Amino acid sequence: MKKPLLIAVAVLLLLVPLLHLAFPPGHALHLSEFYVGLLGKFLCFAICALALDLIWGFGGILSLGHGLFFALGGYGMGMYLMRQIGREGQYQSDLPDFMVFLNWKELPWHWALSDSLVGQIFLALAVPGLLAAVFGYFAFRSRIQGVYFSIITQALTVAAMLLFFRNETGFGGNNGFTDFKRLAGMPLNTPGMKVGLCVASGVALIVCYLIARALTRSRWGRILQAIRDAEGRVRFLGYDPVAFKLSAYVISALMCALAGILYVPQVGIINPGEMSPAASIEMAIWAAVGGRGTLIGPVLGAFFVNGTKSVFTAWWPEGWLYILGGLFIAVTLFLPQGLMGLARRFKK
Amino acid sequence: MIKRLLFGWLLALSGLQAWAALPPELLTRIAAGEGDERVAALNEAVAQADPALADYLHALLDGRVRLREGKAVVAAEGAAPPDGEEPMLNNRLRREIDSALAGLALLSKDRDARAKALVTLREDASAAKLPLYERALAAETDTELRSQLSALVAGAKLSSTDPGQRRAAATELAGSADPATRALLLERMSAETDPGAKAAMQSTIAAIGDRLAWGERAQLLFSGLSLGSVLLLVALGLAITYGLMGVINMAHGELLMVGAYATYCVQQGFRAWLPAAFDYYLWIALPASFVAAALVGAAMERTVIRWLYGRPLETLLATWGISLVLMQAVRTLFGAQNVAVENPTWLSGGWALLPNLTLPYNRLAILAFAALVLGGMALLLARTRLGLMVRGVTQNRRMAACVGVNTAKVDTMAFALGSGIAGLAGCALSQIGNVGPDLGQSYIVDAFMVVVLGGVGQLAGTVYAGLGLGVLSKLLEGWQGAVLAKIALLMLLVLVIQKKPQGLFALKGRSVE
Repeated sequence: MKKPLLIAVAVLLLLVPLLHLAFPPGHALHLSEFYVGLLGKFLCFAICALALDLIWGFGGILSLGHGLFFALGGYGMGMYLMRQIGREGQYQSDLPDFMVFLNWKELPWHWALSDSLVGQIFLALAVPGLLAAVFGYFAFRSRIQGVYFSIITQALTVAAMLLFFRNETGFGGNNGFTDFKRLAGMPLNTPGMKVGLCVASGVALIVCYLIARALTRSRWGRILQAIRDAEGRVRFLGYDPVAFKLSAYVISALMCALAGILYVPQVGIINPGEMSPAASIEMAIWAAVGGRGTLIGPVLGAFFVNGTKSVFTAWWPEGWLYILGGLFIAVTLFLPQGLMGLARRFKK
Repeated sequence: MIKRLLFGWLLALSGLQAWAALPPELLTRIAAGEGDERVAALNEAVAQADPALADYLHALLDGRVRLREGKAVVAAEGAAPPDGEEPMLNNRLRREIDSALAGLALLSKDRDARAKALVTLREDASAAKLPLYERALAAETDTELRSQLSALVAGAKLSSTDPGQRRAAATELAGSADPATRALLLERMSAETDPGAKAAMQSTIAAIGDRLAWGERAQLLFSGLSLGSVLLLVALGLAITYGLMGVINMAHGELLMVGAYATYCVQQGFRAWLPAAFDYYLWIALPASFVAAALVGAAMERTVIRWLYGRPLETLLATWGISLVLMQAVRTLFGAQNVAVENPTWLSGGWALLPNLTLPYNRLAILAFAALVLGGMALLLARTRLGLMVRGVTQNRRMAACVGVNTAKVDTMAFALGSGIAGLAGCALSQIGNVGPDLGQSYIVDAFMVVVLGGVGQLAGTVYAGLGLGVLSKLLEGWQGAVLAKIALLMLLVLVIQKKPQGLFALKGRSVE
């Protein structure tokens, strides 16, 4: 982000706690809990869009399954939050409600670390990262490119969604996780916690942006862009594209997982619907609307599209899908450079 | 003496017919007394296999029999019941009487009546009726009924008191392929005490199981082929457009949906204006779905896709947007619920090859239809001018343009063709599944997998990949369930792609890159 925009975001992040906490509800300057939550959500989506821009805008890899990594991060955090409900659930048992409902007597093996926040955060980052590494390695090694790669990522996320819908997998089935109470001992529903999470999401966004900017300006980033433009030539010049593409893919998966970790405590629910292909494809449109290859563009795009969605689903719900579809078509036909491209044209 | 004469005359007057030939005290024993004794008397009467007994039993069931002074008195059909005490008929007796009637029907002259009786008696293999069964078997001429009857005899012998006879019966049944026989044997085996008979029953159960297993395998194979034919139909249009233009059409599923809804509209039209010809609506629905989907496809190509030439990733996103718009449009026009599309009568039902193998007609029809469409496409691509141009543009677009082919027009025609095939697939899908706005979404990922696996540029790839994925999917489903089967297929796909990144049947050459 250029200096002014960076300052703007920092100011926003300072303003939000002030506006929400300092003024009581009903006051003209009060920022309601709803908008704080919304902002936090949008910030998480912006991180996802940024991650996608890293591999698509700079690497030429369109992944239509990034929602999977986002959801896996979310599930990781969700496991911790489910355990933190303690005995206050429906069944007043140490086990989460859905396990009692399924007649399970003890925690399955993959819940072993679910008591510790650090352990779960580690898992929430490690599992999507590992999945991205393995899947990416096999895909890039056999030079799967372009549309084929996108389709395979879509199939991957569908398969994972089907897996998570099953009750036997031990992730709450089609209900997922919900009804969270506490995070690190502090209750989730307080204004302080909500603002805290929102600010944390903003900070995460800035950090991810700075990392991405440093990466794309480095030698590694330049080679990645070269791979996007002419992979064959880069190979002839002696570089191994697989290493670059794989590292980009894993970094972007980790960013999405981080976004998921911050998303779930704010929204209060995670279910396999987050892994649906439609959710992942929407991430691509955030990046496209904003402007690929410019790290700020996707951030703006995420805010723009999700803001429009919030407005339309309240005002004209049936029309939202027409708008979204139209957005896809219009952006690809008329605004290939996205909103940033539009801004650049106006500057000239 | 005179009383008897009077009775006989009265009986004759009341219009009694054949049952007068039966010993009256036997009839009385059936109508009155303790339940067990009545059943025994019934079996005794049945063993004599006098067809006249059937009329008496019908009268008993109808309530035309009365007990007068310890004797059974029967009224003719249609006449009022005579005076006297009504015989008690509980459920058990009714069952026994029905069974006895079925047993007697085995001796009927009418083949259909005998066949029906055999079906009823399959459940009841009591040894009591054995003499009747043997008598019926001796008189049976129809080969099919003979085999069923001998199975019945053997089944009845299974409850004989003599273990030797039980063992013989079990061994005799080893040639059966009937799941009901296997169930009967399992039931008898649990109460069996004689080791010889038990062993014989066990080996017979195993033999029947083997024979049934073939039926089960055939059913699995058929389901796999049926699914494969559906996948083939769905993926064929996609393969053509991708091979030609490098466009992955994410709205392909919605073209399926358009075809299915076109079928629905034609059905509704027939219901409203030509109800008598309803069975033929499918013949109009097929071209209608083709045309509808082709028009939508051509419109898509002209307005959106042609401007994105050379940018496949953008095309993917743009077509996804189109799919959203199409789905929402269908929801607005037809509602978000599924709509009902009925099979015409000639597609309902199935072909029962074996007791545990039924091939539904609608799936058989789709198999044939897929083969027809495939043949038509192959012919079109190989023998027509359009096909020639499509192949040329697929192999080397620039060169084809240099040689004078109007690539823009070929693009539109081929896209319309691919979409039309999707419409036909939608029409087929409407016959075997639900029709709703989400119809496309459930098939699109599978269609993509077929295209990725099979490669583009040649129809053979789509055929092998489609059929192969269908059969494999059903096999894996039977083994581990649908979800794990899908995941396994995905892993398989990724592994196959390692070796052949462009799919199994890819075009070779520099121009492909």
